[in-house]
Formats: sequence, structure tokens, C-alpha cells
Amino acid sequence: MTLLIAILVFGLIAALFGALLGYASIRFKVDADPIVEQIDAILPQTQCGQCGYPGCKPYAQAVADGEAINKCAPGGEDTIKKIADLMGVEAEPLDESHEKDNRPKVAFIIEEDCIGCTKCIQACPVDAILGAAKQMHTIIADECTGCDLCVAPCPVDCIEMRVVPETTQNWLWDLNSIPVQQID
Amino acid sequence: MESIINRINQQKFWSFHGGVHPPEQKTLTNQKPIKPLSLPEQLIIPLQQHIGRQGDLLVQVGDHVLKGQPLTKSTNPMAVPVHAPTSGTITAIKHSVIAHPSGLSELCIFLNVDHQDTWVERTPCNDVATLTNQEIVKKIADAGISGMGGAGFPTHIKVDTKPDINFLIINAAECEPYITADDLLMCEHSESIVDGIKILNKLLNPAFILIGIEDNKPKAIEALKKATAGIEKIHVCVVPTEYPAGGEKQLIQILTGKEIKSGTLPIKEGIIMQNVATCYAISEAILHDTPLIQRVVTVTGQALEKPQNVWALLGTPVHYLLSQCGFDNQGMEKTPVIMGGPMMGFSLPTDTVPVIKTTNCILAPSYKEMPSAFEGNSAEVECIRCGQCADVCPTNLLPQELQWSAKAKDYPQLNKLNLSDCIDCGACAYVCPSHIPLVQYYRIAKAEIRQQQQQELKAEKAKARFEARKQRLEKEKRARELKHKKAAEARKAAMNKATPEATEAKSAVAAALARVKAKKAANQKSPSSSAISAPVETTENQDNKKAQVAAAIARAKAKKQAKPAPEIDAKENAKVEPSNTDSKKAKIAAAVAKAKAKKSQEKAPIQGQEQNQEQTDSLSLADKKANAIAKAKAKALAKKQASSNNDSSTASDLTIASTAESEPAIDEKDAKKAAVIAKAKAKALAKKNKESNTDNKVSEKNTVNVEPRKVQNTSETSTINDTNNISDKDAKKAAIIAKAKAKALAKKKLATQSVSEEKTMHEQEKGAK
Repeated sequence: MTLLIAILVFGLIAALFGALLGYASIRFKVDADPIVEQIDAILPQTQCGQCGYPGCKPYAQAVADGEAINKCAPGGEDTIKKIADLMGVEAEPLDESHEKDNRPKVAFIIEEDCIGCTKCIQACPVDAILGAAKQMHTIIADECTGCDLCVAPCPVDCIEMRVVPETTQNWLWDLNSIPVQQID
Repeated sequence: MESIINRINQQKFWSFHGGVHPPEQKTLTNQKPIKPLSLPEQLIIPLQQHIGRQGDLLVQVGDHVLKGQPLTKSTNPMAVPVHAPTSGTITAIKHSVIAHPSGLSELCIFLNVDHQDTWVERTPCNDVATLTNQEIVKKIADAGISGMGGAGFPTHIKVDTKPDINFLIINAAECEPYITADDLLMCEHSESIVDGIKILNKLLNPAFILIGIEDNKPKAIEALKKATAGIEKIHVCVVPTEYPAGGEKQLIQILTGKEIKSGTLPIKEGIIMQNVATCYAISEAILHDTPLIQRVVTVTGQALEKPQNVWALLGTPVHYLLSQCGFDNQGMEKTPVIMGGPMMGFSLPTDTVPVIKTTNCILAPSYKEMPSAFEGNSAEVECIRCGQCADVCPTNLLPQELQWSAKAKDYPQLNKLNLSDCIDCGACAYVCPSHIPLVQYYRIAKAEIRQQQQQELKAEKAKARFEARKQRLEKEKRARELKHKKAAEARKAAMNKATPEATEAKSAVAAALARVKAKKAANQKSPSSSAISAPVETTENQDNKKAQVAAAIARAKAKKQAKPAPEIDAKENAKVEPSNTDSKKAKIAAAVAKAKAKKSQEKAPIQGQEQNQEQTDSLSLADKKANAIAKAKAKALAKKQASSNNDSSTASDLTIASTAESEPAIDEKDAKKAAVIAKAKAKALAKKNKESNTDNKVSEKNTVNVEPRKVQNTSETSTINDTNNISDKDAKKAAIIAKAKAKALAKKKLATQSVSEEKTMHEQEKGAK
């Protein structure tokens, strides 16, 4: 009898917890891999494809699946460090196949040379180029991520990447101001 | 509230944490009156002299402007206009170094002074009561007034009606060493300042107006008390001298005991603060219709013979101010010039920078007075963790901790330590026994954090745009597929309809297919004979007219295959075309014959060449050009018709048809050019079409691969030949077109290659099965 009661009680408890766990797994289901979202948030979202993936999200997915973390050229060392922290791996130097110069740039269309072929418009991942067939195109500089993708498709090579000029708005302080001294 | 007023009445105030007592050095200038300056030869007026955005230019180079005339117009609420400080001619509008620690250039207006000092027409207002609040705010905005204490926030935004103001605080503390500009202004123009305060009172209707002033300005206190006597709302509050008592949050804490929460504005507590100089500017703007074109600047320092406060027109170069105050720069070392006070100012990159709305002090110290300014920052040694910086910080921060994090660029940690609450007062750097320029580290960190935030915002936006684009492309793709599906269904339905035409078409297609199959079989059996049999077979099976057409086209095709010179067979094609437009059947047959001929031609190129020779003889050179155009046109048309049967009706067909049509009416040069273009296009299309017409034979791959190269060559070489005798512009255009086309072709070639490779692979797979 005692044996039966014991089995019954434990069976009930097991069933109860089983039901509870089953309910929780449905109620608190996580749809996507959250790590992908977190990596994607770290990436600079230039959508440049320099990593070999068609955009930042696919690269984030790839990193989550074990791809090297040092392929994001626009993000540079900072991004690599952040991903390394997030993934709990060692930070590596940037992939050597990329250019060293990752100053912020924007694309610029030399407008007198533009023939209005719309090829760059199709290439732009963030729709930052304005224009129509046989009309001159231009870059919306504020939306341009400097990804470089419009340069190659241009049949007349009228697009160039220009470094964003330093202004008083984006100037980073340097130590040329005066320190204060005791005056007698 | 009651207790606050009680304490104010008893002149018992609160105090803020920390604070320092640097030597005041105000006696250099506070005994002398404000000196009016003679007009300089040239004024440099930066378009932006405040926080926010710059206005739009209203003037051009060469314009003559009058004193007080607006030079920019504000379209943005955060923009305030600038005005001509005196009459003169605008000689240039260009980038010039401005009063900013970075030493970067911004757009400036260069005004050559004509020494007439002619005013623009003004409408003084004697009674403020006649103006509505909106009118006053608009006048303040139009006068270009921005906060004159330091930050330069546009005043009209700050005073635009807000409900329930408990305290309007007039900041007259002027706590920074050396600076006496506000002090002197209060001594000499206390009436005007009080007029300005009255205007603010009308606008904001606060419960109390407090004037916070440090006790080291007895004359100013006296003058203010006299001017405000009889006005019950205004309390002159004399506070003990301590740096930085003039900070907004610090002065509020001293006067009301309230601490403004991190990240919020004083308006949340019902408090608004204005500088005394701003009050003066407001009264000038409203009562005398005088825009903000000059301000009091303390020109001081022991390197000057006659340090004094001066009325400086905005835009006056600093070197002019210094020379007026007896600046002697003949010493061994170049004396550094500092704009702003010794605690918060910055050294100027050059002495040509102009005075702007927020400039309250120009400091030219001697070496004895401020050796560090001469030596740079070499004095810094390691932090000894004495903690003095934390003792003096007026905002209760931990400067030492901040310094470690700033050096390590640990921005999340800096945010945790509330770096954003730092007011850059420099008290920590002042007491630091290791001479660490702490404020500079904070400024760098702040700028970097700000930039990072901007980048994050931008990344967010880029991501959204990228996602939106992806969605749009997906949608377009689906729509296209749907359209194609519908078109295919419509075609099928038309075919299955029991009309005689449909049956005819169907049977023709079936016949053609059967022929192709038979052909294939024959080819495999006796490849050597197929070249001849191809045209022969077709003639046997078809009625006369059709056969002729097919044969002609086949011949033309064969010729083209054998020899890339494209002018030759045009005549044939052109002749054939009109007879062939009536019958759909003929079209299909022609297409099939074309495919056949091409295939066979590959295997027997010699025969093709023979045929070529025969026909070329009959053509004169003069006809060639015209023929080429006609050919292109005819081909394009044929293609169009064929493609309505096929599935390959694309936009490119249409373009080619239209270009080919539009071309021939022009003169010889153009015709030549057009012919070349048409040729290239027609070839590209022919290639495309062949691909769709022929079955997936492996042998096809070779032709396809070879052809684009040929096309590319012909189009390029012939364009070059042409350009020799055309004008420069045309040549450029033609070159661009040719280049673009060549690129497109090369790409297409790649695509076809991969397609044919795929096909081969499929075949191999099939074979394996």
C-alpha cells in the first residue's frame, strides 16, 4: 500500500512538473536566436558586403554559426572587440584582406559624367541614391553608409568615395586648450 | 516656496557641493569704464555664432549693407540670424577660422567697413505694453539674440511662453576669474538691464525674479538695487563668491536649494535662467530695435598694457582688440591668446578669429602669470589618488574615476558615472596636484560618446532602410512572377481555343518541333552532310513563299556566323522583311530555320563563307551604312514579333527598336555612329534570341561564348574609327555608350556561360541516369 501511495504521489508530482515545463516552453518560446540580434546590433549596418555576406544580418547569423569575427571592415577593431566580448572569444585583428583606411566616407557622384544608367541605384543597399533612367543621379549624403557598393557597377566610373570632412560639429576634442594654473 | 522666499529675504542661501576659489584677477579691468572702440577696417562675421544651426544667406559678395541689416535669415527654430555690425561692403563670403577650440573653418562674411556707420531704418518702441507676447518673441528672434553667458542657446526658444514659471533667475554671478564684462555692464546700464528683465517678466510671468550676483561686485549690486527699487517681484540676491557659482544648476541650487535632476532642464522645476547681458540685449532689441551687433568683451591679461572692457562689434578680429589695449607681442615667445576665462576658455589658433555672440573675454597672459599656457601640457604626471578633485566637483561626480574610464575609452562606464552631468568647469583640473588636464579628457570622451550615439542612430536608420528595400524587392519579384504566370496562362488559353488561327499556329509549332527533331537525328547520323541539307530540307517541307523567307534568313545568319563583318547581309534581310510581316507561321519557321542554319554553319564554316562572297559582290560601299541601319531595324522588328510568340518580350527589345528607328534620319556622321550602335545592339539581341530558340545543346555553348567577344570588338573598334572625324563632345558620348555596352555584354556573356554550363551539367546528369 505504502509503495503504491509513493508511486502515485511521485507520479503526480512528475506529471505536474511535466505539465508546467511543457506550458512554460510554449508560453515563453524564443522565436529566433537572440545572439544573432545582439551581434546585428553591434555591427555598423553599412550593408556593404565586405565580409562576404549580403548585409549585416546575414553576417551576424554567420558569426553566430561560427564564422570568423574579424571580417567587418567598417566596424574595425571596436566592433571586433564588442563581438568578442559578446561571444566570449578572443578578439582578433581585422582580416588582412580589407583596406586599412576605415575613416568614414560617403559616395559622391561626379554629376557631369553621369549618364543616368541607374546601375548604382540598383546596387545601393540603403536606397541612398536618387535618380531615374537617363536622368542625372545624386547621393543622399545623410543616408549613405559609405559601403562602396555603387562604385563598381558604374559604367563611366563617375562615383568616388570621399572622406567625410571634419567640421566643428563632428570634431573630437584634442588637448590643445589650456590647463588651469595657480596664479600668484 | 514660502521658506525659500523667507530665506531669500533674509539673504540666507544654500550652497552647492565643492567649488574652488581661484585668484579673481578682476581688478585688472573692473575699475575702468567700458571703452567704445573705433571701427576696424574689416569685420569677419561667422554665419553661426551660437548653438544650433546657421541661417540662410541673404546677401552676396559686392552688396553694400547698412548697420543692423540682417545678413542671414533663420528658417529653422534653432537658427538665429546675424546682422551687419556697421555699414560697409561685403568683399567675400568664404570659409575662415572661427572662434572654436578646434581651429576649424566655417563660412564667414567679410565686411569692409565704410566708416559711415549708417543705420538701417529702425522703429523704436516706447511702450512694451502695446506689443503682444508673440510680437516680442519674434522681435527677439529677429534680433539674433542667443544666450550671452557662454553656451549661446537661442533666447527666443527659451522665452517662448511656458506655463507656471516659479522663478526667473537672472545670472549675474560672473564667477570666472578675470572676466568683468557683466559687472561693468551692470554698473553702466542697470536701467536697460532692468527694462529687459521687465520684458521677460511680461513674457514669462514668473512668481519671483531673482538676480543672482556674487559679493565681489559691490558697485554692480548697488546699481541694480537702485534700479530695481520699488519693484517687489525682483530680489537682488548677493551670494558668496565661489567658482563655479555662475553655473546654471549651481546658481539654482544656491538660490532655491533645488537640485535639478540629471538629464532634465530647469524648466521642469518651473525655473528659467537668463544672463544679464542677454537681458540688456533684449531691452535694446525691443525698445530701440537694435539687433545684437555688439557686446562687452573683457580684454585682459598681464601681457597687455591697458587691459579694459570694450564694446566690441561682433566680427571684430581679436588682434584688433588686443592692439587697442596695448598688446605687445615683441617678446621672445609668442604669447598665447585665450578666448573665454582661464577656467573654461580655449587658446586661439590664430589672432584673426572674430568676436562672436558668446565671446565674453580675451585673455593674453604673461609667462609669469600662466606658464602652462606657454608650455603646453607637459606638466602632467601620474594621478596620486588624493581625491581633491572629488571634493571640489560642483556636480558630485567622481573625477578620478571618470579619468580612468576616459583614458581607457570605457564609454558605458563613463555613462554609469554620469559624465554627461559634467559642466566642464575645470575645478578638478585646477586643484589637481598632478596637473592632469582632467577636463580635456572629459571633453574628448564626451565628443566621442556623442559621435558614437550619432553613429548608432545612423546604423539604426541604415538598417531600417535596408530592411525596407529588401521587402520592396521581394514584393516586386512576387508581382513579376505573378504577371508572368498570368501571361503564360493567357497564352495557353489562346492556344487551346478552337479558332482556326490557333490551330494553325499550334500545328506549325508542332511541325517545327518535329523538324528540329528530325534534323537532330540526321545530324547525328551524318554530320558532314547536314550543312547542305538544312536549307534543302526546309524548302521541301514548306510551301514556296515561306521557304524562301526561311532560306534567306538562314543564309543571312550563316553569313554572320562565318564572318563578323556585319554590313553584308543587310540587303537580303531588308528585302525579305516586308513580305514576311503578314504570316505568323512564317515567323516561327524563320526562327527555327535560323537556329538550324546557325548550328549547321558552325560545323561547316567554309561553305558559309562561299555564300558570303557571292552576296557581298553585289553590294556597293555606299549602301553599306544605310543597310546596316535597315538591318538593325528589321532585326529588331522581327525580334519583337518573335518574342510575342516566345516569352522573351523585354524592355530592352523595345529600346532597341526605338533607337534603331529614331536613328536613320540624321546626317552621315550620326548615321555611321548609329549604325555601329544598332549593330552592337542587334547582335546582343540575336545572341539572346538564339539562346532561347535553340534547344539546350552543348555545342551552343561555344558559339555563345565566342560571340560577345566579337561584338565587343566590333563595337569598340568601329566606334574608335568613327570618333576620329567627329567632334570632341560626340566622341565622348559615343565612347561612354560603347563602354557601357561593352560592360553589359561582358556581364551577359558571363551569365550565358554559367547558364550553358548548367545546361551541360543537367545533360550529364540525365545521361548518368
